[in-house]
Amino acid sequence: MSVKVMIPTPLRAYAGKRDSAEFSAATVGEALSGLTSQFGELRKHLYTEDGKLRAFVNVYLNDEDIRYLAKENTPTKDGDTISIVPSIAGGSFAH
Amino acid sequence: MSELLEVAISRELLEKIREHGVETYPYECCGAMLGRDLGLSENVASDKKSHSVSREVHSLFPLVNRRDDSPRNRFSVTADDVRDAEKTARVQGLEVIGWYHSHPDHPARPSDYDRDHAWPWYSYVIVSVDTGVPQDMTSWRLKDDRSGFLEEKIAPIEVSARN
Repeated sequence: MSVKVMIPTPLRAYAGKRDSAEFSAATVGEALSGLTSQFGELRKHLYTEDGKLRAFVNVYLNDEDIRYLAKENTPTKDGDTISIVPSIAGGSFAH
Repeated sequence: MSELLEVAISRELLEKIREHGVETYPYECCGAMLGRDLGLSENVASDKKSHSVSREVHSLFPLVNRRDDSPRNRFSVTADDVRDAEKTARVQGLEVIGWYHSHPDHPARPSDYDRDHAWPWYSYVIVSVDTGVPQDMTSWRLKDDRSGFLEEKIAPIEVSARN
């Protein structure tokens, strides 16, 4: 299955300035794995050290958040688009 | 040539960021900064050290802090908010080049929490609001290895604000 992964602006510098890349993948996880295999510097910005997608990384298969599907095991089909959309968070020192 | 990170923002927009921080005090404010990333440029006309002006902010997109459980020291912008900011930027012929937020009663320096949640490339402007009065304003970009931030100089300029 050929799927397109849309690369958000803050990550394009680590992907040869590309805004998208296509991969052969049967699941969302396979497509993201293809992305981080081709562009290794992306990995630390998308995944924690224990291999989980960072909480502020939102992944959509077409228009659906994969958290409400089968997460990275969500199957893909030819022509699907995977979008990586940031959440933004921060705050001051004290709690 | 050593690279100097700079973000050019009009005095009017800098004041709007301060005002937003005062308006939401004692809670954190947040918003998107829309503009253009200019890449590297070299100043060859001056006898001063070469430098780079890398981006310009042309308008702001104030947002609602979605962290209603801890708004005094945390802010959150959802993916839908990010998409709205990006759509607004496209309409204006711009792109989202960063985000601003306030630190009520705390210095305008990024925290470990800021670092843990930051994206590379974006400019992160922080304004300190002390007892309701705006203080320092700084800008930061996450290092490539996520170990911390590089401070970015805020260059106040006279650019017509778009909002």
